[in-house]
Amino acid sequence: MQTAFLSALEHLGEFREEASFSTWITQIAANAALKVLRKKRGLPVAAAPAAGEDEGGDIPHPEFIADWRGDPARLVEDRELQRILGGAIDELPENHRLVFVLRDVAGKSVEETAEALGISRANVKVRLLRARLALREKLTRVFGDEDRRQVRAHRHEGDDRKATPAGELLRRYREDEGGAP
Amino acid sequence: MKCKDLLRMLNDYVDGDLDPGLCQEFEKHFAGCNPCRVVVDTIRRTIRVYQGAQLCEIPLDFRKRLHASLREKWKQLRSKKD
Repeated sequence: MQTAFLSALEHLGEFREEASFSTWITQIAANAALKVLRKKRGLPVAAAPAAGEDEGGDIPHPEFIADWRGDPARLVEDRELQRILGGAIDELPENHRLVFVLRDVAGKSVEETAEALGISRANVKVRLLRARLALREKLTRVFGDEDRRQVRAHRHEGDDRKATPAGELLRRYREDEGGAP
Repeated sequence: MKCKDLLRMLNDYVDGDLDPGLCQEFEKHFAGCNPCRVVVDTIRRTIRVYQGAQLCEIPLDFRKRLHASLREKWKQLRSKKD
């Protein structure tokens, strides 16, 4: 983020008055975030969504459905949780991640997000839904209470993929960290 | 309302942008479909947990200096134009 603001300082002269200052700085921050992410190595590279996917198409059905154990929102100071949240968001396709960060983390409106990324409002909505569902899925595999998992078939027929057990994601992150318990 | 319809309107429901009639349809659906109720609840928790997370906190000292220098540059630009 620091990079984004430094870059903003350098390019202040290019600021066009017709664009609002916040939109302009959001674009720069989004571009800087993309640059940083591209530089990162060893992270799973999320594929870009197939063409046309953002206009509609089938919305992925939730697979792992369980109430969460406790409320992770109370643990936001926890560094392990920060890492899980960061890891989950890194795995999103880039254009879904940007929409989620601008809408749900930065609190931008649909219009502001569309303007900052140069996409339609409909695209913002579809990408946001996909990002939210994907993050929910990942976090439920970590925080979901296995004992309270909804076992009733709630998927499309023919979908027999097995869900990763709760805690598996957490275990993987811990292994990445160097085998800490 | 079917699970699939609910999924499509999930964002508007969670963001409070759905009209009251459709909200009632959601509530009716939840009464008979616990998995959908859990999905909506965990989507809300997902959003909340990210809103509370400090994913990229800028150190206070840096933020102060940044704002000061942005204001300074801004003033210079404005005075050039005037």
